[in-house]
Amino acid sequence: MRADLFAEPVEGLDEALAAVDAFDHALVAGLLRAQAAEPAGPTVLAQALAGTPLAGRVAEAAGKAAAGAAGEDHFVALAAGRTALLGSVHDALLTRIEEAVGRSRGGEAAPVASAGRPAANLLTAARAWLSDLARCGWQGIDHEVVSGAAEVVSAMLPDPSLRRLAALLDGFAAELAASCPGASAERFPVRRWADLWSRGMLLTLPGAAVAPVAGTADGRLLPLGIDVQEHATAAQAQVHAVLEPADGSAPRLVRASVSVPKPDTVVGAGIWQLLRPHLSLLAAAGEGRSMQLTGMPVTAEGDLVWSDDHARPGEPAEAFATARVALPSAVAAATAPLDRHPARIAVPVFLEGYTARTDDDGAVTFTIAGLELPVDTDRIPAAGPLTPESVARSSACIALVRWDAGTFGVQPLAVETTVRKKVTAVHAGAWAGGTADKAGVRAEKAATDAAKVLSERAGRLLRK
Amino acid sequence: MGDGTLSDWERSSTARVIPPARSRKLAKVPFVELADGRLQGVVSSGSDIGRVYVSSVAAGSYAFACSTNNNRPCGGARGSFCNHIGALINESVLQYGAERVVRYLKAEVPEGEVDGAVLASAMRSTRPQMDETKAAASVFSRFLRHLAYLEHGPVTAPLPEMHFFPPTRAVA
Repeated sequence: MRADLFAEPVEGLDEALAAVDAFDHALVAGLLRAQAAEPAGPTVLAQALAGTPLAGRVAEAAGKAAAGAAGEDHFVALAAGRTALLGSVHDALLTRIEEAVGRSRGGEAAPVASAGRPAANLLTAARAWLSDLARCGWQGIDHEVVSGAAEVVSAMLPDPSLRRLAALLDGFAAELAASCPGASAERFPVRRWADLWSRGMLLTLPGAAVAPVAGTADGRLLPLGIDVQEHATAAQAQVHAVLEPADGSAPRLVRASVSVPKPDTVVGAGIWQLLRPHLSLLAAAGEGRSMQLTGMPVTAEGDLVWSDDHARPGEPAEAFATARVALPSAVAAATAPLDRHPARIAVPVFLEGYTARTDDDGAVTFTIAGLELPVDTDRIPAAGPLTPESVARSSACIALVRWDAGTFGVQPLAVETTVRKKVTAVHAGAWAGGTADKAGVRAEKAATDAAKVLSERAGRLLRK
Repeated sequence: MGDGTLSDWERSSTARVIPPARSRKLAKVPFVELADGRLQGVVSSGSDIGRVYVSSVAAGSYAFACSTNNNRPCGGARGSFCNHIGALINESVLQYGAERVVRYLKAEVPEGEVDGAVLASAMRSTRPQMDETKAAASVFSRFLRHLAYLEHGPVTAPLPEMHFFPPTRAVA
């Protein structure tokens, strides 16, 4: 790996992010408020897009916003402009990471799904709520505005095709509610909320959330590790893996995901219990086994749309062997155009020959060939055997390269540590399929009890 | 909020805003939340498995209410906090951590370690009034909405948006 490339400046990055920041600041006061800054945030965004196909639409929307007359379509245009700008940031960062880790990318960007379906009422309702937020600004939010999301989310959750937007709005609304009233908040997660707002806006466009199946996958699937994502009322586990196609073509980097809405009191091992029955790959990854795929649907982005009908257990396959042998030559798929955002970057990489350091505040840093890479140990799920301490003692690591707040960093999925001259692998997702570990069994038991109480109550009180 | 330099938290796409709930036993108090300007939730009846109490304490005024889900007032909550409200406060501290509950309720607590009992007694000492706003029905419907999250099946199509929601090891 050429770690030195992570320290080199990325051309154009600062300029693009400056325009994003200007727009994001406008969302603090509200998009229709007169801006203290001159030129106003939306105008700066429009200037950054000059010469692109979006230029006209965004400039018009910025003009309307400055005049206090922007409507929902103008908000959508501004969200699209911001998304396009961050899409270019994503591309530049990903190119840099691929240079550094020596990964090649296959094929062209996936085509945009056509906007075939008519605007559903729920999408319109979601857009209206997001537009209210844009008018209030983060400083103007109160419980009344924020609670408008609850009804929309409840109506969306039963429809799996609306899960992307539902999960996003639900997590976003909970954060807004915890920060009400905005007038008395000391600070806001300015970029984050603008990200969630723009993302939500785009997903209200019919067809935007569709990731069509582009083909089927056959061959041997070798898991690398499990990435967990969660907010109070939703969780997703993504297995990163190398697919060795049965036709002998080049190995491919793929992902398999399973997600579920959840009550906020289901946490830790309880999340594994909800997800486990629907993705046999979780158990395989936890146990270090491969799986054989036959006709598994896969998107152009390399996401397997998992169904246990198309998979059966295979031979043992140690993740570190996969990372050392198969990962270096695996080809990654291009990101879907609308999903291009720096936060979506998660490039699997194998690291060794680093020195690990823990600072007084607990922050872990790997030094590779003289370059310091921050290690995001906060992302390690609590329901698992991997800890920041084991990462700090490790000699090899399977990680995801990410980028946030101006910095490249790595998220550990698994590490090798040496205990009494014996090398042991510790995986963040080791408990995904269940565990015999003492602490794990205790966590499983607590989660089972909590789930039992909730389903007993649900059985008694719902559908009465 | 000026044009000054943004902190890392402000320019992070994955800034953690709410710490995750801490795991707790749910049998006695299946539902607790800090919402609508109240600490509110649902407490199981000690004697009747089919009955639950809807209890709440308002932020700032500590005005309290407790009734069954069929709107029968709780006999214990005439003059001050009943045992259901005490249990609600205890469990809220377990789920969210004392600091967040104290801040939300705008409670004035003595220096040092705060647990549910300390918080309840600090609020009780201000002689709060009964809450006449009749929020029980809306709290109960929020509980049903909460339970409905168990009813939605998982999907194996990817949700790229969840990359914005990394877990955190920090506890409330």
